[in-house]
Amino acid sequence: MLHIHRLPGRRLRARGLRRGHPRRPRGLIALSLLGTTIAATPLVYLVVRAREAGWSAAVETLAHPTTLPLLARSLGLATVVTVASVFIGAAAAWLVVGARFPGRGLFAVVAPLPLAVPSYVAAYAWVSAFPGMEGFWAAALVLTLCCYPYVYLPVAAALARADPGIDEVSRSLGAGGWRTFTRLKLPYLRPAIASGALLVSLYVVSDFGAVSVLRVTTFTRAIFTSLDLGFDRVTAVVLSTVLIAVTTVLVLGETLIRGRHHNGLTPVQRNVRRARLGSGAVPAGMFMITLVTLAVAIPAASIGYWTVRGAARSVPWPDIVEAARGSLLVSAAGAGLTVLLALPIGVLAARHRGTLPTLLERVTWMSHALPGVVVGLSLVFLSVNVVYPLYQSTSMLAVGYAVLFLPLAVGAIRVAASHSPLILEETARALGKRPSAVFATVTLPLAGPGVAAAALLVFLTCMKELPATLLLRPTELDTLATSLWSQTTVAAYASAAPFAAALVLLAAVPTYVLSRHIGALDNAGL
Amino acid sequence: MPQKPSSQSIARFSSACLALTLTIVLTGCSSNESTAGDGEITVYSGRSEELVEPLVEKFERESGTKVNVRYGETAAMASQLLEEGDKTKADVFLAQDAGALGAVAKEGLFSRLPDELLRQVPRQYRGSSGTWVGVTGRARVIAFNPETVPESKLPDDIFEITEPQWKGRVGIAPTNASFQSFVTAMRLTEGDERTEKFLTDLRANDVQIRERNGVILDDVDAGRLDLGLINHYYWYEKQAEIGEDKVNAKLHFLRNGDPGALVNVSGVGVLEQSGSDSDARDFVSYLLSEEGQRYFAEQTYEYPLTDDVSPADGLPRIDELSPPDIDLDDLDSLQQTIAMIRDSGLTN
Repeated sequence: MLHIHRLPGRRLRARGLRRGHPRRPRGLIALSLLGTTIAATPLVYLVVRAREAGWSAAVETLAHPTTLPLLARSLGLATVVTVASVFIGAAAAWLVVGARFPGRGLFAVVAPLPLAVPSYVAAYAWVSAFPGMEGFWAAALVLTLCCYPYVYLPVAAALARADPGIDEVSRSLGAGGWRTFTRLKLPYLRPAIASGALLVSLYVVSDFGAVSVLRVTTFTRAIFTSLDLGFDRVTAVVLSTVLIAVTTVLVLGETLIRGRHHNGLTPVQRNVRRARLGSGAVPAGMFMITLVTLAVAIPAASIGYWTVRGAARSVPWPDIVEAARGSLLVSAAGAGLTVLLALPIGVLAARHRGTLPTLLERVTWMSHALPGVVVGLSLVFLSVNVVYPLYQSTSMLAVGYAVLFLPLAVGAIRVAASHSPLILEETARALGKRPSAVFATVTLPLAGPGVAAAALLVFLTCMKELPATLLLRPTELDTLATSLWSQTTVAAYASAAPFAAALVLLAAVPTYVLSRHIGALDNAGL
Repeated sequence: MPQKPSSQSIARFSSACLALTLTIVLTGCSSNESTAGDGEITVYSGRSEELVEPLVEKFERESGTKVNVRYGETAAMASQLLEEGDKTKADVFLAQDAGALGAVAKEGLFSRLPDELLRQVPRQYRGSSGTWVGVTGRARVIAFNPETVPESKLPDDIFEITEPQWKGRVGIAPTNASFQSFVTAMRLTEGDERTEKFLTDLRANDVQIRERNGVILDDVDAGRLDLGLINHYYWYEKQAEIGEDKVNAKLHFLRNGDPGALVNVSGVGVLEQSGSDSDARDFVSYLLSEEGQRYFAEQTYEYPLTDDVSPADGLPRIDELSPPDIDLDDLDSLQQTIAMIRDSGLTN
């Protein structure tokens, strides 16, 4: 079924190419290079510093008896959290999009909300509610509850635009529910699950907030500690190169699992038919209630409790408003720049096969799993030596966000672009439009919702970012995250809580819009 | 789709957006360049905003100098200063501990402070090259529970706590930075071999591991531990929290330059290219003034380091302490210390 959909588009495109269109979309590649290069700047820094340190120092650090156990712990944590997030995220997505049970609408709004909670806030919330909570499994729990929306959202979006006809045909041909699920649904959902799993695993590998609050020494925490204790940039740099290697492996893995994307899938104009759960409605409801209790209600209650206790003293309203303005400013700048840089890369990856487009897209991931402090320092290095006038300006911070979060935007844009019907573009080209005009008049408007989703996702992720923000922000500019940080360094939950509450509430807005976006995609038939 | 072929192209569209971004970018350039004596300075502060801001505001009012403060983690700020080199925007670095100041000083990024500033602080609490001065001191002490440990039985030197009579009775926080700088001090005065033996002996003596200084003090106070190695000000924080005379635990100060009597400092230095900036010097001078010293002593119970101000009630005077004779700059490399603590099995 899917193949039948795909074939005409590909043939047309092949014919288009034969008619003398440029074999390579040179403009698109050139613009993509811009974003990819910016995303790769930390690699330059790592190479420069590692060369300064010399091979022997690097080998010594790598061969140190603690390096391997640290790596094992990080990978173990990433594995546990990723597997848990895939099951929880996919199950929740199927229930919310594909099933019918009481409270479904409410769960659709609440389920993605943990995206608005930074991992350090979630960890603080849990620790202040359950003092003494720490260790590997505590971190695994908290991180899973923070991360499952990264699987939930793409899977829910994919389910929302799935063609119910496929199910019907399969069943009418005699395949049972299970066979239909494993042979059709799962392969169809595979790219969505794979991209979600990649995001989760890299999030865990690079997380510093939750693991430091819950006292698990992971690879990333060791990088922070080496800077903390010995002002030891060599160790930090060498360990960071290992993270780059890990990222490369995970990104390659995702490329293989994702397989060939379903380019040119015909838009479906029908609403999803939701499954009746019958007696399964009770356990389904229980599952969703447990999930939102753990992931949303407990952190919210904890932050609320401390906010009320803090409010008994006094709420620093002017500071909160000031910090919120700072957050909005830098996050908007970050989201704007990131989406701009991601646009050509996402479209290129969706529309063109081959080594170069794939490479350009994949390289954007390289810095994503680096600790924020390393990305921050590498951009300090870059801006001090190359673009000094931009140093400690909002723009440089926006570049930092772009380096960290470019793949989030590229992913959203790529998915949207690959699901917008290729046939329309081919038709436009067959009618004599230049590729650039086709891009502006067909591709872009169709990818619009995807671009918006990308902007929202990056925006809310920027709001939560801390270590790079501390290093790159303009002096005296406070964001909610930095104010929260300065309150938690004096270890007072009550005075930190109002900032945490403001941060989560503000980040919840784009998260909410993002979750409604699934519905919009659905209705638009994309 | 419009009738006429659109003249918009990807390149133009994106260039327009980029141009727009660049415009925003360039107009948003920071303008914190400070030149000498222009009535404005930039301070990188590794100490918290809550603590530093009130003092900065007072200084601004009194001097008329505008102070831009950039807050961050002390260590990350030291790394940032090392990356910035001579292009830093900072005039002054206010750090939480001596190690960070040492790391910056060793790269030659500080200017030498004038003698009249250096003179105010005892020699052992400032950088050996005269590039930074301590602002406050944090003394390592032994907290003890007087109900179980009579004063006559208290250890005279830190190595005594590895002896059998203290088996299982002593608490330490080996993952805490204050413990690590104490061990670094021991390595500097006693050598690596003896320090290694001290750590393994501690473990063999069933030393009790706690996560933080505050927990150690709570346990000593409640009688769950008899001795605990902490910083002096935790005792005063606890007293402020639960009330006068409610704290059972007492503090024991070691003598004779014992590494267990280390006094680490928070301190301040002026960056090389701001060496002639009188505003930066004035700020340092203000931190060492009676007003500045009193403020820190009252807020944090840390030791004032100048003669003008006496420490919190019940503390020995700073010149009565006998910390180990080390160069505080050398507290900058904790890596070997951490490795040694880890290898001794105290942290896992």
